[in-house]
Amino acid sequence: MTQRRFKWRNLYLWLVFIVLYAPIIFLVVYSFSKGDTMTNFHGFTWSHYQDLFADTRLIAIFLDTLLIALLSSLLATAVGTLGALGINNTTRPVTKNTLLALNNILMVSPDVIIGASFLIFFTALKIPLGFGSVLLSHIAFSIPIVVLMVLPKIQEMSTSLLDAAADLGANNWQLLSQVIVPYIMPGIFSGFFMALTYSLDDFAVTFFVTGNGFTTLSVEIYSRARQGINLEINALSGLMFLMAMVLVIGYYFINQYSSRHRSNVRGRRK
Amino acid sequence: MKKLFSVIIALFAVCGLLAFGAHHLQSSTGSTGSKVLNLYTWGDYIDPNLLKKFQKETGYHVNVETFDSNEAMFTKIKQGGTSYDLTVPSDYMIEKMKEAKLLLPLDKSKLTGMQNYDSRFMNLAFDRDNKYSVPYFWGTLGIIYNDKYVKPGSIQHWNDLWEQKYQNKIMLIDSARDVMGFSLASMGKSMNTTDPATLLAAENKLNRLAPNVKAVVADEIKMYMIQNEAAVAVDWSGEASEMLDGNSHLHYVVPSEGSNLWFDNLVIPKTAKHFKAIYAFLNFMSEPKNAAQNAEYIGYATPNKKAKALLPKAIRNDRQFYPDNQTIKHLQIYQNLSPEKVGLYNDRYLEFKMHH
Amino acid sequence: MQRKQRLSRNTAYFVPYTLWILLFVIAPVLLLIYQSFFNIDGQFTFANYQTYFSSSTYLMMTVNSVWYAFLITLATLLISYPTAYLLNETKHPQLWLLLIIMPTWINLLLKAYAFIGIFSQAGIANQFLSFIGIGPKQLLFTNFSFIFVAAYIQIPFMVLPIYNSISELKPSYVNASRDLGATNWQTFSRVIFPLTLPGVKAGIQAVFIPSLSLFMLTRLIGGNKVITLGTAIEEHFLTTMNWGMGSTIGVVLIVAMVIIMWLTGGSGKRHARKGLTK
Repeated sequence: MTQRRFKWRNLYLWLVFIVLYAPIIFLVVYSFSKGDTMTNFHGFTWSHYQDLFADTRLIAIFLDTLLIALLSSLLATAVGTLGALGINNTTRPVTKNTLLALNNILMVSPDVIIGASFLIFFTALKIPLGFGSVLLSHIAFSIPIVVLMVLPKIQEMSTSLLDAAADLGANNWQLLSQVIVPYIMPGIFSGFFMALTYSLDDFAVTFFVTGNGFTTLSVEIYSRARQGINLEINALSGLMFLMAMVLVIGYYFINQYSSRHRSNVRGRRK
Repeated sequence: MKKLFSVIIALFAVCGLLAFGAHHLQSSTGSTGSKVLNLYTWGDYIDPNLLKKFQKETGYHVNVETFDSNEAMFTKIKQGGTSYDLTVPSDYMIEKMKEAKLLLPLDKSKLTGMQNYDSRFMNLAFDRDNKYSVPYFWGTLGIIYNDKYVKPGSIQHWNDLWEQKYQNKIMLIDSARDVMGFSLASMGKSMNTTDPATLLAAENKLNRLAPNVKAVVADEIKMYMIQNEAAVAVDWSGEASEMLDGNSHLHYVVPSEGSNLWFDNLVIPKTAKHFKAIYAFLNFMSEPKNAAQNAEYIGYATPNKKAKALLPKAIRNDRQFYPDNQTIKHLQIYQNLSPEKVGLYNDRYLEFKMHH
Repeated sequence: MQRKQRLSRNTAYFVPYTLWILLFVIAPVLLLIYQSFFNIDGQFTFANYQTYFSSSTYLMMTVNSVWYAFLITLATLLISYPTAYLLNETKHPQLWLLLIIMPTWINLLLKAYAFIGIFSQAGIANQFLSFIGIGPKQLLFTNFSFIFVAAYIQIPFMVLPIYNSISELKPSYVNASRDLGATNWQTFSRVIFPLTLPGVKAGIQAVFIPSLSLFMLTRLIGGNKVITLGTAIEEHFLTTMNWGMGSTIGVVLIVAMVIIMWLTGGSGKRHARKGLTK
């Protein structure tokens, strides 16, 4: 009985994963097609990958995109986590709700509006458009999602835990680094990953605030739509995806291994 | 916590590597030096091999930045903070940029290839005497049909779209000026009219087309038509040529009673800095051999008559993309309308979209 | 006393976040409100708001947007909750979770193009339908495909917060409930679901609000059969260049968001308190 139920559950998860990965498999399959567009598979070829490696401009754009994504997510996660702690600490519900509403404004505003107003903002302050302005904008629009991911974790944390730590004489830094951060770690990680997602996906905001030769992959892809997106882009996406996959799975298992290893050592010492 | 720090440090290290890698790639291609040209253009709108050739001949490295709509490009140039040397707006946008004082006049004495261009595409209303712009590509608005579903020759005119047999078979390009425009053209009116009553009539006529309209889409219309998703589409010639490449059942018609004639021209925005490079590039692109190579790569119609002569016969004589004089005479170029009038077009068009 | 001290010292950490709010939220919002009072010719006016609230076009668009955002959120929630729940019972839940987020790293436009291929008349979806005997159907430009693809995009944003609160759920609560003779359904509806509500709420906020202003998918997959506020804003900012009207819709969206936050925030608190007093 339990055996059968177990299978049904797996089936559901498999289904979800198949649907989630179907379009990506589609893209990757076409990166090997001899044609020029994502219609009608014309037989196998590596030529799009060869084109890709010869295209230094596209590769530079790709590296810049990753750089912006990682850097902005790191900083946004830091600011957002501290912000979530701050919001949690506010005692008056009115203040808290106001802060939350302000927090969510960038999430509800369409990208075009955010992009246009950031552009006006940067040019008014005479901040040159390019890497810096793109980085600042990406940090800015990633912060709210980090807060949304971290806040529920903080709220679940019982105050007695904090009080106990404080009573034991923990100072602020200890409290934060030894008690709070380890507890809300899953939230921080999800926040970081979501920030990464937002950054990699963004087109409109980046378009408006970039300049002076700096471009990200999204901007490049969207502006190629008029001429038809060529399969070199598919090849690049396929490679990027493979890399991410290897990194994530690799990191996960190394992590697992080392923590198991550590606990074994500790166990033996006992 | 220690683990967290090591992760953070590792990520910063990766960032450093990425920055180094990107910088290295850019400096190896010369994009950070002083001999550069910043070209702001539509994505994939120039043959990359030509850029390499240009660098070899003149030493200028071309930095390409891309946009995906005239209006978005306008906003960027207007706000400043950038240093684009050349950009490629369409006809009405050239007029608009001119009015907004965003363009610098061309120094004709430095241009060597102007006589290569077809006189039919020079000295047009949006830029008299080509004071500001050099033609880059041109094209039309027309009808694409799939001969699997539509008998060849049965669609010749805009009014044919309204026939009942095309119920739920037509795709339209998502553009207010073009959709309102072909409705106006089908009634024999000017595609630049600003008379509210005429525009209302055009909307009403479009509303009668609604049962035939399967979807209103943009660039992705190419993909839809190539995979036989719809029988008929209204789109620009540039897009149509991409579609025809992808599906041999497709054909392109420019209705002879009138349609839109569009241009993408090279202009110098006020943000320009590298003038020597700009004129070197304009002259380079007007050389027939280079213009022909570009036209073959992009698949759009070139306004360079000497370049056209160099194109393979099959392209050069293709009436779909190089229509005869008789048809060209009936084509209309969009004028830049005041914001208020553009709003009028958009309001009518939005109403049509809401009800289709 | 000590508690207070702790709070006051913590405000130092709050500085970067406050700065962010001032520079990147309040400043742009003020700009937006300011712009919404100008018409297309740059004159000061209230007409934008008048137009919005008196024109049937905009009101219909608002209703459409809210309705579709609701459907998308509902579909996302129905798929995501069981997913999050089942993920929690797998051997490597963190890994699977990462694998759920990863598809979002591929460009949205590319994925949309892939869906166009999959849902097309000769696509895999239709081949499957023919295979199981239903026969090919028009899938593109239907409400189904639009909501499906929109939900597809949003799933990770919903699974993540829900998973986070489910993983916190103490098995002892569930066991206690079972021991007290509750059926599976009772355990779920009285114990599990209320305890994971914060995650569900975070998920809804992360999905519903952005869904109000979707614009690209409405065109790419929906063929503009559905016009949302996002489409209108897009058009006003990029085609008409009527930033005043675009900003007005933006302001309306922000106000709507505040109302939604206020509603979900309020009910959640009552729930929690009820749970405690019980």
